[in-house]
Amino acid sequence: MTQDQPLLSVRDLAKMYGGRIGCTDVSFDLWPGEVLGIVGESGSGKSTLLGCLSGQLAADRGQILYRGRDTRQMSEPERRLLSRTEWAFVHQNPRDGLRMGVSAGGNVGERLMAVGARHYGDIRETATDWLGRVEISAERIDDRPRQFSGGMQQRLQIARNLVTSPKLVFMDEPTGGLDVSVQARLLDLLRGLVRDMGLSVIIVTHDLAVARLLADRLMVMKDGHVIEHGLTDQVLDDPQAAYTQLLVSSVLQV
Amino acid sequence: MIRIENLSKSFTLHNQSGVVIPVMAGAHLAVQPGECVALTGQSGSGKSTLMRMIYGNYLAAGGSIMVGDVDVAKASPREIIRLRRETLGYVSQFLRVVPRVPTRTVVAEPLLALGIPSDQAHARAEHLLEQLNIPQRLWSLSPTTFSGGEQQRVNIARGFAHDYPALLLDEPTASLDAKNREVVLSLIEAAKARGAAIVGIFHDEAARDRVCDRTVDVTGFTPQRAA
Amino acid sequence: MTDQAYNFAYLDEATKRMIRRALLKGLAIPGYQVPFASREMPMPYGWGTGGVQVTAACLTPEDTLKVIDQGADDTTNAVSIRKFFERTADVATTEATAEATVIQTRHRIPEVPLTEGQILVYQVPIPEPLRFLEPRESETRKMHALSEYGLMHVKLYEDIARHGAIATSYAYPVQVEGHYVMDPSPIPKFDNPKLGDNAAIQLFGAGREQRIYALPPYTRVVSLDFEDHPFEPTKADHSCDLCGAGDTYLDEVITDDQGSRMFVCSDTNYCVTRQAEAEAGAAQ
Repeated sequence: MTQDQPLLSVRDLAKMYGGRIGCTDVSFDLWPGEVLGIVGESGSGKSTLLGCLSGQLAADRGQILYRGRDTRQMSEPERRLLSRTEWAFVHQNPRDGLRMGVSAGGNVGERLMAVGARHYGDIRETATDWLGRVEISAERIDDRPRQFSGGMQQRLQIARNLVTSPKLVFMDEPTGGLDVSVQARLLDLLRGLVRDMGLSVIIVTHDLAVARLLADRLMVMKDGHVIEHGLTDQVLDDPQAAYTQLLVSSVLQV
Repeated sequence: MIRIENLSKSFTLHNQSGVVIPVMAGAHLAVQPGECVALTGQSGSGKSTLMRMIYGNYLAAGGSIMVGDVDVAKASPREIIRLRRETLGYVSQFLRVVPRVPTRTVVAEPLLALGIPSDQAHARAEHLLEQLNIPQRLWSLSPTTFSGGEQQRVNIARGFAHDYPALLLDEPTASLDAKNREVVLSLIEAAKARGAAIVGIFHDEAARDRVCDRTVDVTGFTPQRAA
Repeated sequence: MTDQAYNFAYLDEATKRMIRRALLKGLAIPGYQVPFASREMPMPYGWGTGGVQVTAACLTPEDTLKVIDQGADDTTNAVSIRKFFERTADVATTEATAEATVIQTRHRIPEVPLTEGQILVYQVPIPEPLRFLEPRESETRKMHALSEYGLMHVKLYEDIARHGAIATSYAYPVQVEGHYVMDPSPIPKFDNPKLGDNAAIQLFGAGREQRIYALPPYTRVVSLDFEDHPFEPTKADHSCDLCGAGDTYLDEVITDDQGSRMFVCSDTNYCVTRQAEAEAGAAQ
């Protein structure tokens, strides 16, 4: 893992909602295989930032260089192609990221078919393999996500996103509404996949414990600004900014 | 291998009216490959703080911390991550892992992160767990439910899985029985023998005398409290 | 006998021009759904209002019109639409496929190959093939524009996963000239091969959904499939019990309360013609 180029370089990114700041002055590099956590409370701009980075929101200013090319200058078809091949997006609510009326196998197979897979047997085999990797029994391949528990739905969403071996994965509170025991299983799964596939991940979370376990680096956001940025354990154990100190000290100890 | 010069550190407590607490000034330390140095001083004198700074867990206020050719005091997060993966190991007193991950994998993780094939990494992990007398029936369970002593040994196994050229040991023999203490000390001796530079905190004086080449009293690095 | 209260073929000339412009655009971009300002017609939606408007825009006084509903010329829908144009346009009508210049159809393509100069008008209930998988119109339009059709195969995948084979037997999606995926209206997939390379002009009108699309003559039309589950035009494994044809699309007719059944050609004109020919042959 010694690639010399960042996968994603963000410079002076800003997004306004009228006169209100969504996020501003955001700059960072994300390297291959790296997991960047964005933490902050609701309304801090972390979801706006994730939206801008993933192309779901139009930024007002700045550069988002993906492998050297500014995604803000790309044509829409190019960006859409990117978001179903080299990029992936895991939503907090699996309903936003899954087709609830389509079987588990169809959900996983969709990205394959979207890039031209036309052999049913191969698609099914790959889908079965991926269900296994996210610990969903192959017998459930023809069941619809509605029949799955929340944790299974989230794992299915992950399989659906990773099946085309993306390079960059955006995650918005992926362990959000899940039970604690289910969260742990998902975190373990994500860590393994990130390591084995060499994924670069940008994960938005308000859960500092999740950030500590998944992220290599953290950006702390408040009022649309990045107020602290560093190695995850350093930011959490030796926070420099007043807000980060408050955030860290506010976490309930178990 | 490890060279610390003029290192200083202070904490600013923004939420307690911005109090600045200087905790370290003018710290110096040099550790050669194959050498083990024990940090001494009273509780609260800054032993753990220094260890954490070497590991990049605490930010330095000034000075330099060279580990190999990386200055931890100035390195980017990415460089520190790489340093920790390849060069610098740390056995802390606390085990921090994702719940549910089997012990065997917890120990193998540092090797997996280096891209070592899973079967090889797990074989090495199992060997260490066996050496440290963790019963085989526990290997597939998460260490989060283990006793303090067992967790400590899992932590040590994890810290010794990869042959790091530099190692930080925080009370490695605390809460161990005689048999396991012996195993840990021999692991430290083996690491020294292969050329690892080691910095440790040992309250166990007999252990310290046996594995450490010299001691450094960190009290000397404590800034004079302004009256 | 034209009812003088109406303009020729019911619609006013401005409306017909508007529809013709949509038709020309549709022909220029085969398979592309052109929005048009569908009018209220004196019949309920679902009874072929889209097809009727397209037919009205195409008809000239010299035309000969045939109307078929599920292959038959004598069902309510076919009869009432034929009457409608007899009354409002005073055009000649026929049941013979070969004699017709304009054929409005619901759910079938005639068995007799069409010829250059003929126009086949389809009634379309739901023109958007992606609709059941993607409810957002803004999104389906983009998907068409960018040829992002993975989702169509998801639908076929679901079919195979659930039924072991592609069970979609009508309104089977096709791709036109390598670009637009199109709903061929609810014709049986047995008819799909006739869509492609057809000598006639094929026009599709969806009244409620306000869309028109078209296939110019000799257009390349491919039914979507998987390499290991190729497209198969299927029909009942029978011959027609009336005319004996073994290569036509058949309707299954229950003949009594005991469950007796017979299979007959769905294309009534084709079947009747064959029976007449057979009788004539036997009489000689």
